[in-house]
Amino acid sequence: MKSGLVNAIVVGGLMGVAGYAALFIAPDESTMHAIQRIFYFHAPSGMVALIAFTVVFVANIAYLGARKPKWDWLAVSAAEVGIAFNTVVLITGPIWAHPVWGIWWTWDARLTSTLILWLLYVSLLILRNLISDPERRSVFTAIYGIFLFLDVPLVYFSIRIWRTQHPQPVIFGGQNSGLDPTMKKVFWFCWIVLVALMVVLIRMRYQLESARHEVEEVRRELEEAVQEGEVVAGN
Amino acid sequence: MNTGRAAAAILRKEIRAELRGRELLNTTFIFALVVVVLFSFAFEPTVAESRRFGPGLLWIDLLFAGSLMLQPSFAREHANDTLDALCLAPVSGFAILLGKMLANFVFLAACEVLLLPVFSVFYNVSLAPVMGKLVVVMALGTIGLVVTGTVFSAIAAQARMRELLLPLLLLPVLVPLLLAAVEATAGLLADTPEFSRTWLEILVSFDVVFFTASWLLADYLLQE
Repeated sequence: MKSGLVNAIVVGGLMGVAGYAALFIAPDESTMHAIQRIFYFHAPSGMVALIAFTVVFVANIAYLGARKPKWDWLAVSAAEVGIAFNTVVLITGPIWAHPVWGIWWTWDARLTSTLILWLLYVSLLILRNLISDPERRSVFTAIYGIFLFLDVPLVYFSIRIWRTQHPQPVIFGGQNSGLDPTMKKVFWFCWIVLVALMVVLIRMRYQLESARHEVEEVRRELEEAVQEGEVVAGN
Repeated sequence: MNTGRAAAAILRKEIRAELRGRELLNTTFIFALVVVVLFSFAFEPTVAESRRFGPGLLWIDLLFAGSLMLQPSFAREHANDTLDALCLAPVSGFAILLGKMLANFVFLAACEVLLLPVFSVFYNVSLAPVMGKLVVVMALGTIGLVVTGTVFSAIAAQARMRELLLPLLLLPVLVPLLLAAVEATAGLLADTPEFSRTWLEILVSFDVVFFTASWLLADYLLQE
């Protein structure tokens, strides 16, 4: 538990440094100016969400193979953290888009895919909450999780083809093309910090799930003991 | 018993059960019809507009009708605990799943056969010239819908709020299928009909990916 606290403090500090780097060290963007700096947290968050969902997929397969509850705990932890990062992308995107594009939202390929990704993984958590039996919950969310992850590339490809066949309401090109070296450094630094944040959050959530499991076990044992006690008293 | 024969036996059982009351077919077809009618009230399309919105409307309708129709597929077995009996049969989980998928395909396809002429009349589109190609698109779309829907029906049957849950589990996953099916159908119904290879490829990929996944995961799905 103590190492968890240390990790949290270190990552908290790094987040501060990353914020400073994004706001003051990275050079000013020539057309968008200050608002462009949101990009240092926006884009890495999207990448981190994808990493977290990959962890969910691996944990789902491992659970079906080994049937160890710990894989289920990892899957739910990574899914929740992934959704959190995905939400950050969906909120910072419009904040950036409104002054730059003049609109909050457009059905552009990336925006649409990110939104669908969010919906997919939120339904995974809803499914998890609606199955009572712990073992069935783990098995069926694992199966659904695997289907979701297989759907992700199909969603990305189909939306990309769909958007290129339609007139785009907003023309915006060259996201990463010719990025300034300092910008690039700040970007990757922010990326590393956010990956570290993801690891710390998943770890904390995992410990919570494991503690929850322990409480459930103790409660069940206690109930059994009480029932046996009643049987004895009845005799 | 091999998988094919076992699946065929399940298919016969499902069809026999359905023909006794025709509850599922009647309800699904009338539901799909109601949605088509409601759409015209909501959008009041002109001839040109119905051409433009028709394919999207048709597929949204099929997705909604399908996500409701597939719900009883496993929930019905759950009510009398007949799924346990089915799983005791000396056949693989995949055979049971495949039998259910085939039955659901037959039911949904039957609804489509009834719905398409109505749709053609209400929305002023002539389907006859492109019928052959349209059947390919409809079949590929229906396979994807039925494969994922049958698996998710087995998952939703384990949960509370299962009636509400299946559409929630199914519809976001079907986004690629909806896009591909709508665009392929729109291509066929355009003034100069076009048989889009790209969208057919997406449809085929969707079907292959999820059919393979169902085959690999069937035993996990049904052994509980």
